[in-house]
Amino acid sequence: MAKITLDNIRHSYSADPRDEQDFALKKIDAVWDDGGAYALLGPSGCGKTTLLNIISGLLTPSEGSVLFDDIDVTNTPTGERHIAQVFQFPVVYDTMTVYDNLAFPLRNRGVPEDRIRARVHEIAEMLDLAGMLRRRAAKLTADGKQKISLGRGLVRADVNVIMFDEPLTVIDPHLKWLLRSKLKELHRQVGTTMIYVTHDQTEALTFADRVVVMVDGTVVQVGTPVELFEKPKHTFVGHFIGSPGMNVLPCELSGGRASFAGAVLRTASDATNPGPGVLEIGVRPEYVRFDNDGFPVQVLKVDDLGRYRIVELRREGHSIKMIAGEDERIPSENPRISFDPAHTRIYADGWVVN
Amino acid sequence: MSQKTPNQKAWYFVVPVVVLVAFNAVIPLMTVVNYSVQETFGDNVFFWEGVKWFQQVLHSERFHASLLRQLAFTGMILLIEVPLGIAVALSMPRKGPWVSVCLVLMALPLLIPWNVVGAMWNIFALPEIGLLGRMVNGIGIDYNFTQQPVSAWMTTVAMDVWHWTSLVVLLTYAGLCSIPDAYYQAAKIDGASAWAVFRYIQLPKLKHVLTIAILLRFMDSFMIYTEPFVLTGGGPGNTTTFLSIDLVKIALGQFDLGPAAAMSLIYFLIVLLVCWVFYTLMMRDEDQ
Repeated sequence: MAKITLDNIRHSYSADPRDEQDFALKKIDAVWDDGGAYALLGPSGCGKTTLLNIISGLLTPSEGSVLFDDIDVTNTPTGERHIAQVFQFPVVYDTMTVYDNLAFPLRNRGVPEDRIRARVHEIAEMLDLAGMLRRRAAKLTADGKQKISLGRGLVRADVNVIMFDEPLTVIDPHLKWLLRSKLKELHRQVGTTMIYVTHDQTEALTFADRVVVMVDGTVVQVGTPVELFEKPKHTFVGHFIGSPGMNVLPCELSGGRASFAGAVLRTASDATNPGPGVLEIGVRPEYVRFDNDGFPVQVLKVDDLGRYRIVELRREGHSIKMIAGEDERIPSENPRISFDPAHTRIYADGWVVN
Repeated sequence: MSQKTPNQKAWYFVVPVVVLVAFNAVIPLMTVVNYSVQETFGDNVFFWEGVKWFQQVLHSERFHASLLRQLAFTGMILLIEVPLGIAVALSMPRKGPWVSVCLVLMALPLLIPWNVVGAMWNIFALPEIGLLGRMVNGIGIDYNFTQQPVSAWMTTVAMDVWHWTSLVVLLTYAGLCSIPDAYYQAAKIDGASAWAVFRYIQLPKLKHVLTIAILLRFMDSFMIYTEPFVLTGGGPGNTTTFLSIDLVKIALGQFDLGPAAAMSLIYFLIVLLVCWVFYTLMMRDEDQ
């Protein structure tokens, strides 16, 4: 187990990077505590797998260093880093039994057979694989194989960190949440640092204590699921997390007050000095409500999702989404809305203004 | 629901393939079956002989000797070509500019017509003027494939290895390229040695292509004719007379159509049987 420090990591796949666009990772600085459950969340191609491979040692970063417990491991080969990784597609050794698969990492390290036996049985018990130790690994279903992959990491007592690279991609939907809660439970049980890479916000938010949101090779926000939801630091986070995502609307400033399409708004940001850049207003659909003292809008469409409704509104050509409760009345004439000031923020060039 | 109109015109689509298979497989095979149970003295007059030719072939010392030579030859080339092919494929680069160079070099022997291969090796190995023959004799080894059985065998085997190892290499290489990177990464993380990677990842993943490679090499080498015919003509004596060379001698040299037909059928059944047994064994635990 270890604390992981990423110190000024930059990585480019081209041998001779010329400008910023050549970097898959632009500048990553992070300290991840021992025993934490982290998720790396971001769209495809944002650099999260690259970052994962740098931590596991399958890639050496172009610049910067990786530290495990303050020891520099940037140039340490994968096999000596004491890490485990579960891949997107299940990796099992086809010709071996489940038992031999789980024993493989220990045998490679010369652990005596009787200790291996005890350890494999213990881990198999944890993963609900105890009944199928004698079966050929190739015969198992995808979720069984992913458990084996995970088990090969868990059997080793010296593992610093277990990494998951979109591990639920090939799992049937009805087994996904089972395996997800199993992971959560295992994390509580073994207490190893875990890093979970995904582009699925549900997976990230349910698994992790802290979520690292990445886009385009940069970390835009690190925070608890609640923080990401309530205080998105970047319009991308607001948009990417939440369903539907945050409303991002054009913002004008006049006399220290923000306004949107002529409607003056109170916000949680300091509107007197927002700094340079293109200004936008960000507010989640959850914090938009009908209010007779608000500004007028048109109702375009109402989608009933059962427990709540998504109302699509329009004001001067800008679309605004709001979430209305089951029982909330949608005014038929002259609807007016307001934004909750505590959750309405100004963003300058995408970054939140405090 | 829709009413189905019977339409038998679809059969016309099958006619070309039926005609093709009939003319290139069924009719020739049945002609051979016809010959194998009859005796003829010319003029298209045939006498029924039953299984006499089959009994004669199965009890013939000559057939036993050719079959033994054939099995020895096929066994030897498989034992050399398969491990050698895997070794070469493993050492070929997986990416970069050398990939295409290696692939072209590997494919070259496969593009040369079989009789040309025989002729090339014949000249190459001639003790007086051939590069190989002169060199081997030059380092003090008495080597003359036209007179010494051991030299003739070694030359024939070397020629086949040169000609066909590439096939095993290319199939194995394709198989290796299709193994996802994640397997190698997992093996690194699990601390597996290079041998463990080969034994537990590469070899199991290559099982299918290797099965195909071995089957192809078995069938081709078991029916080999042109190359040894051009190289040694089956000699010296009968020492490199493999089954197909012997068969042609009986059929066209002696014009014994009955025994030759019976031998062809036995030959065919041996190839079929070995392939079936091998394939069944290899695929046995696939769908348990």
